[in-house]
Amino acid sequence: MSVLVNKDTRVVVSGITGNTGSFHTRQCLDYGTNIVAGVTPGKGGMLFDEKIPIFNTIAESVSKEGANACVIYVPPPFAADSILEAIDAEIPLIICITEGIPVRDMAIVKSRLMQKGCKSRLIGPNCPGVITPGECKIGIMPGYIHKPGTVGVVSRSGTLTYEAVWQLTCLGYGQSTVIGIGGDPINGTSHLDAVKMFNDDPQTEAIVMIGEIGGNGEQIAAEWLKQNCKKPCAAFIAGRTAPKGRRMGHAGAIVSGNSGGAEDKIKALLEANIAVAETPSVIGETLLKHWGKM
Amino acid sequence: MNIHEYQAKELFEEFGVPVQSGVAAKSEAEFDAAIAAIKGDHVVVKSQIHAGGRGKGVFVDGFKGGVKFVPRAEAAATAKRMLGNTIITKQTGPAGKVVGTIFFAEAENIKKEFYLSILMDRATSKVAIVASVAGGMDIEKVAEETPDQIMTMLVDPDIGLQAFQVRKLAFFYGFGDKELQKQFKAVITGLYKLFWTKDCSMVEVNPLVLTEENKIIALDAKVAFDDNGLFRHPEIQALRDPHEEDPKEIEAGKYGLNYIALDGNIACMVNGAGLAMSTMDIIKHFGGNPANFLDVGGGADEEAITQAFNILLKDKNVKGILVNIFGGIMRCDVIAAGVIAAVKNVGLTLPLVVRLEGTNVEKGRQMLAESGIKLTTADSLADAAKKIVEIVAAENK
Repeated sequence: MSVLVNKDTRVVVSGITGNTGSFHTRQCLDYGTNIVAGVTPGKGGMLFDEKIPIFNTIAESVSKEGANACVIYVPPPFAADSILEAIDAEIPLIICITEGIPVRDMAIVKSRLMQKGCKSRLIGPNCPGVITPGECKIGIMPGYIHKPGTVGVVSRSGTLTYEAVWQLTCLGYGQSTVIGIGGDPINGTSHLDAVKMFNDDPQTEAIVMIGEIGGNGEQIAAEWLKQNCKKPCAAFIAGRTAPKGRRMGHAGAIVSGNSGGAEDKIKALLEANIAVAETPSVIGETLLKHWGKM
Repeated sequence: MNIHEYQAKELFEEFGVPVQSGVAAKSEAEFDAAIAAIKGDHVVVKSQIHAGGRGKGVFVDGFKGGVKFVPRAEAAATAKRMLGNTIITKQTGPAGKVVGTIFFAEAENIKKEFYLSILMDRATSKVAIVASVAGGMDIEKVAEETPDQIMTMLVDPDIGLQAFQVRKLAFFYGFGDKELQKQFKAVITGLYKLFWTKDCSMVEVNPLVLTEENKIIALDAKVAFDDNGLFRHPEIQALRDPHEEDPKEIEAGKYGLNYIALDGNIACMVNGAGLAMSTMDIIKHFGGNPANFLDVGGGADEEAITQAFNILLKDKNVKGILVNIFGGIMRCDVIAAGVIAAVKNVGLTLPLVVRLEGTNVEKGRQMLAESGIKLTTADSLADAAKKIVEIVAAENK
């Protein structure tokens, strides 16, 4: 078992013929991901790399190829529309990689996701994607740094996730599933949603949660873990030294007023009996010590 | 992106929100005409900078106050003391900000001051309207000390601001009578429309005032925009004031690089915002001081990497450079080629530590090893941070 994706996941790629979309589709195919369709409006009927059928709409990829996960690489002005299209097609899992979607567009997407009867879960946007090592890689993460195992990893940042995963792999510990929830202020899946899934997943034995300055998603997850989770959990918060009021790359990474600071987050994590890594280079080590493996 | 008060007020007017009337002037030659357009015995002279706390700010030459209420005859002289001068407020940082524009405004007879802001609430993904009966004060302080003076109203972006919400806010402010309700409705619906249609990240009025003449007007105006939404609004992009931004940050933006200057001496070049922040954190952890935040993003090519080096080296405080790349989209061989080209083109003499991991890492490492350029390689983030901190410390004893 794992969460969200596995070897049976049938993936449709929205934006499959674009630069980013085509490059990463090939990478995912090499990894063994079961990509069953692509979508580029106007190119329906053609084949991607002479093997994957392209459709004009996401709905067709569902009815004709049974797609049950949709990854979105389309550019920011059109990405929210693509997410809405996937929701309309009732795709259970939507993963949006695109960075730079206007917050206003995401507010509309979010209200659709929260509507009663919505069949979809969104991961991202502005995220590396989701991987269940050895089974299914959906997104832009380098496959080789992962290894099948029992640690669930959730993170707001892309490359920082790779850092943590690589440390775990080098220490001999694989991952059940790695979820990049993205660095935007409004996203589909929160830290809390992800840790709940890991808590319910029998394959996941330990959890790594990577956060950063801005918002309070990490505190909310910590509070829940404190009450409900018996699995060992380690965390890292990026941006301890970031100046107030400046947006550090991610639209969501900003300390405004008195909220979203790194120290508040770390305090909440420690109070929930979560081991907090002092530096980003000891995330793996911190988990293993807390877990009693080191 | 931020804009000035006078620009924000022009937007307010466009959306039917009454403002304190005034005229902006960018040079001394424009002062007399601007002041002549203001009614009354007194004039409010306001420095235009992208930071709050102007009223209590102090200029570097000792002149006090970035916002002054003066007799008409003294307005030009007061403005002369401000224009081109550097003001330090609690929001500018110790370096302060140079005043490039003066806004001359009409003095109002204020009966009562209020606070009003509109922003996106990330916890609920709805638009939040924050109202307070304590105007002209620091809203964070009000929230902490007297939270009952604040009302927060969430607006569902799907259906927008509703009439009952407007009434609720009006009664909270004490705008009970029909005429005031009508005025307030124009203010709040105008501001909400501005917030939504122009992709704002924040609209703030502090204070919103009720005058002795029973008019509701915006005495101050602050508007910030969601950078991701700017592509839809060329008219907003045109309001950008390059003097308010670090030229290095503007230059970086042209190449798709995300750069923020800091005050340390170790420059960093990293891919990904989270890793870039963490790299700053770990430099500090080992006793060093980062000179910047620089995220080269996922799509940087050799040209962008060369430009990134150029930008880093424009900061004269920099004594060493740390390159930390974990390739996902970004391939390590592209970074290596960029580093090699940049070191040769720029004629880099400063110590350089490079840590590569991820996609095509072997090829990248091999290219660096064969290039013959002088650099120190590192095999982990901690190793890299330790090395650059030690090298910079040793060379600057």
